[in-house]
Amino acid sequence: MYATERWGKRVNSKRPVNLDITTIKLPLPAYTSILHRISGVILFIGLGFLLYGLELSLASEESFDSLKDLLSAPLAKFVIWGILSALIYHFIAGVKHLLMDVDVGDGKESGRFGAIVTLVLSSMLIILAGVWVW
Amino acid sequence: MVTNITNLSRSGLYDWMLQRLTAIVLGAYSVILLGYLVMNPGLQFSQWAELFDDTWMRIFTLLALISILAHAWVGMWTISTDYFNDRAFGSKSVLIRFPVQIVCFIALFSYVIWGVQILWGL
Repeated sequence: MYATERWGKRVNSKRPVNLDITTIKLPLPAYTSILHRISGVILFIGLGFLLYGLELSLASEESFDSLKDLLSAPLAKFVIWGILSALIYHFIAGVKHLLMDVDVGDGKESGRFGAIVTLVLSSMLIILAGVWVW
Repeated sequence: MVTNITNLSRSGLYDWMLQRLTAIVLGAYSVILLGYLVMNPGLQFSQWAELFDDTWMRIFTLLALISILAHAWVGMWTISTDYFNDRAFGSKSVLIRFPVQIVCFIALFSYVIWGVQILWGL
């Protein structure tokens, strides 16, 4: 009874909680998961730029040409490459997520392997996207 | 504690399903549109405008934008409830979390309306 009481008390009052992410050594799949979130937020903001581009591209021939001029600037190329990088990563990590939903690659070892594949594959595609943009 | 009154469907399972269905729409749209751009270097206005004149392309684009509304809402809601919570910001965390969610919704809703204006040349 003493043990139960003590346990009950600890649950109700001061259970030790350590969720300070900076003191926890995270496994690789945790980093790919956080990157998935970050790339999602970048896409949420980046969509504004993409819609602005779509608007210029479809409004008239003059605005289409002005968009082409705009996209020849290094800063604009960098923004487009950044958004493309987020899209590529979010896509690959998303496919991995869907595979894990059907129990592919959701084990401890296979999860780590999936995280490595996600990072390698998206890095290669992000480099290719950079070549395409410039 | 975060009480679930701001999530999309009041059902985590339904949100989960919607997240995946919209992901498939968005993945398909991204691959098709990027594939088109990669395969048509030196694209001219007339060809590009013709593509978006097609009703199916307007429907697909609008479907993608509505999918983003649902997909990004579930995603941003998840992020906001994970990080802007009581543990990080104390018992009044809802005063930070709720405005963030409002801003996300207004932005996403505006994207859809803006997209409609672009697609139908309003």
